[in-house]
Amino acid sequence: MLNSRIARAGAWMVKELSRRKSISNYRAGYTQRINGQYLHPPWSSTRLGLGGMFQKPQYLSTVATNNTSEEGSEQKTISVTFVDKDGEEKQINVPIGMSMLEAAHENDIELEGACEGSLACSTCHVIVMDVEQYNKLEDPTDEENDMLDLAFGLTETSRLGCQVIAKPELDGIRLAIPAATRNFAVDGHVPKPH
Amino acid sequence: MAIFQARTWLCRSFSTLSSKPLHVCVVGSGPAGFYTAEKMLKEHQEAQVDIIDRLPTPFGLVRSGVAPDHPDTKIVINQFSRVAQHERCSLFGNVTLGSSVSLSELRELYHVVVLAYGAESDRSLGISGENLKGIHSAREFVWWYNGHPDARNFNPDLKSTDTAVILGQGNVALDVARILLRPITELAMTDISNHALAALEESSIRKVYLVGRRGPAQAACTAKELREVLGIHNLDIKIQETDLLLTPADEEELKYSRIQRRVYELLSKAATSKPAHAGLNQRELHFVFFRKPDSFQESKDRIGYVSSVRFEKTVLQGVGPRKQAAVGTGQFEDTICGLVLKSIGYRSIPVHGLPFDNQRGIVPNNKGRVLSDASGNPTLFEEGLYVCGWLKRGPTGIIATNLYCAEETVSSISEDLNKGVLVSPSSTLPKQGGEDLRQLLHDRNVKTVSFSDWEKIDSEEKRRGSTINKPREKLATWEELLKTASG
Ligand SMILES: Cc1cc2nc3c(=O)[nH]c(=O)nc-3n(C[C@H](O)[C@H](O)[C@H](O)COP(=O)(O)OP(=O)(O)OC[C@H]3O[C@@H](n4cnc5c(N)ncnc54)[C@H](O)[C@@H]3O)c2cc1C
Ligand SMILES: NC(=O)c1ccc[n+]([C@@H]2O[C@H](COP(=O)([O-])OP(=O)(O)OC[C@H]3O[C@@H](n4cnc5c(N)ncnc54)[C@H](OP(=O)(O)O)[C@@H]3O)[C@@H](O)[C@H]2O)c1
Ligand code: FES
Repeated sequence: MLNSRIARAGAWMVKELSRRKSISNYRAGYTQRINGQYLHPPWSSTRLGLGGMFQKPQYLSTVATNNTSEEGSEQKTISVTFVDKDGEEKQINVPIGMSMLEAAHENDIELEGACEGSLACSTCHVIVMDVEQYNKLEDPTDEENDMLDLAFGLTETSRLGCQVIAKPELDGIRLAIPAATRNFAVDGHVPKPH
Repeated sequence: MAIFQARTWLCRSFSTLSSKPLHVCVVGSGPAGFYTAEKMLKEHQEAQVDIIDRLPTPFGLVRSGVAPDHPDTKIVINQFSRVAQHERCSLFGNVTLGSSVSLSELRELYHVVVLAYGAESDRSLGISGENLKGIHSAREFVWWYNGHPDARNFNPDLKSTDTAVILGQGNVALDVARILLRPITELAMTDISNHALAALEESSIRKVYLVGRRGPAQAACTAKELREVLGIHNLDIKIQETDLLLTPADEEELKYSRIQRRVYELLSKAATSKPAHAGLNQRELHFVFFRKPDSFQESKDRIGYVSSVRFEKTVLQGVGPRKQAAVGTGQFEDTICGLVLKSIGYRSIPVHGLPFDNQRGIVPNNKGRVLSDASGNPTLFEEGLYVCGWLKRGPTGIIATNLYCAEETVSSISEDLNKGVLVSPSSTLPKQGGEDLRQLLHDRNVKTVSFSDWEKIDSEEKRRGSTINKPREKLATWEELLKTASG
């Protein structure tokens, strides 16, 4: 427990650093026109200047995680299934140490991330579909809870996608992306299927 | 790509009707406007989206509302910029709906008009003395420190008093309190406007009262903002412990609201904890509960200026399930102060020809479709006219709320398009959208600011900021903004 916490803290720090770097990278490229093609796919990381944002540094923390994991397994990726708002499933392999937000975007999964993982928006809200998997996650920090307060359709097993980092124990985790329209609806509005 | 399949059929079924462009005009470039534009572009391959804004700068309250010490919140500007740079999207800055162009003109030029121009006025208290000098709306104060060009000459007097009263306990109230109380060295590293920084540096304000008409279980702020204000360096926090007593009705409210519960817990903790320097700090923040503003008193020495706020003590009364309202008790008390910031909510302004619900301060709508009749007939729609964001829901909600709000409005538009309501193939006059708008604005001598013009402003602001160790120094006058945009 302690070990994984340390590993996670490490991942956090690296992430913080790389985030800052990537933001300044982005700022530098701010005036470049991106040829208007970003919408397909919605979050292609290379086009967003997010490419390489986490991978290299996060692999460092991967090593740490693997070394300390009980089985000492050599596993480098885990399987994650996203269930989108229309109920469609997509299974992807996520490198240990990578956040679910980044993994989603690398795989063209439509998960919002307005603040690009800096814990300032709540748009990356995901619901862990299995309580057992949920319990394997570190408890959310106060800061994550503060943002979760504002997430739409909050559930008992809600987390912020940018704060859930792939680790071996999470292999097979299933994450639902909440259906916004359904959650936004008030006064008993029944959503129509898209 | 599976995600897009469901949507593609919508687009396809529309394009069988017509392969001509669908001209869409979004009024307002805040979060509601940009999320609407993004979703329209995604869902409708034939949509050509023009975003107009009255300012030469895009992003609405993300630029002129979100606090300067919240840079992470503003990262969403990256996403909005990508939308603006999309090949089927254009920004028309410096174009005001209501003066540069009328609503009926826009509706003639575009198949779809989505109004997302926010809320640029204030709720009023309607109590005596409200027009005294020294009383301002939080909106103006926020515009001023965030470099909005309409507030460049606002210049609040921060030097004639040591006490400020902030009315309301929402997140805006907390933002404003933080700006008044945060150490100046910390603010100096943000993108706060230099004119505000200079005035805050000379500020004599040491004591700030944040006053709510209800109790700590009903405070409108969120935990994140509260945690931040409670953590300001060298600040004494004062909360009356007796105010924290909960009634069964309060407990019932808290049970059902995670936000309220967490806010209440933070307030309780702050009230009882005694930090190291408690009582020795130069600055104080008082959370005052159960007080509703009754009137403002005029100073005897400074004619025309406020000298105190009279509050009526309140108790809570149940008005619905888990809902309690403040009612006066007939007991009054005065709080002496030289500055009052009203932070009781923003208010939208109607434009000519637009149905408007004056009581709620919003455009009457059904899931974003504008209703013709403000008094409520839910079946009469203004064809092709939609609304989103604060203008649709009222002045509450965070940036993300507008994402869901836009999703709802865009799904109404898609439904209507699908039904053929908006674009009949036999429509009398073809709509030309942006081409005609450009001509019309040209004829009226309106100088529009495109997204690439804004980028000139953006890089000039960053250049100026970099010389003084700030992320940016905003251009805060119309002259500078327009000159830089056209340079
Ligand atoms: C002080 C303050 C701080 C906030 N801080 C945060 C925060 O930290 N985090 C968060 O998530 N949310 C925050 N919010 C909430 C968030 O800013 C709003 O939810 C959001 O901006 C509302 O979006 P909107 O598009 O409806 O309106 P706006 O953002 O107000 O956009 C409206 C746009 O319309 C333009 N416009 C107005 N009139 C006209 C006209 N006649 N013609 C053409 N254009 C016009 C304006 O120039 C503006 O660009 C804050 C709000 C305020 C007031
Ligand atoms: N960091 C952030 O996320 C952030 C920052 C700023 C703003 N925002 C969002 O922007 C929105 C607007 O914020 P806001 O602070 O303007 O609005 P708000 O949250 O609605 O708060 C309004 C405050 O004014 C009080 N009030 C209203 N009418 C009053 C009256 N007649 N007399 C006395 N008090 C009165 C309300 O008290 P009652 O509760 O008793 O009505 C409440 O305390 C909010 O949704 C907020 O969360 C978010
Ligand atoms: S992306 Fe903003 S909180 Fe996760």
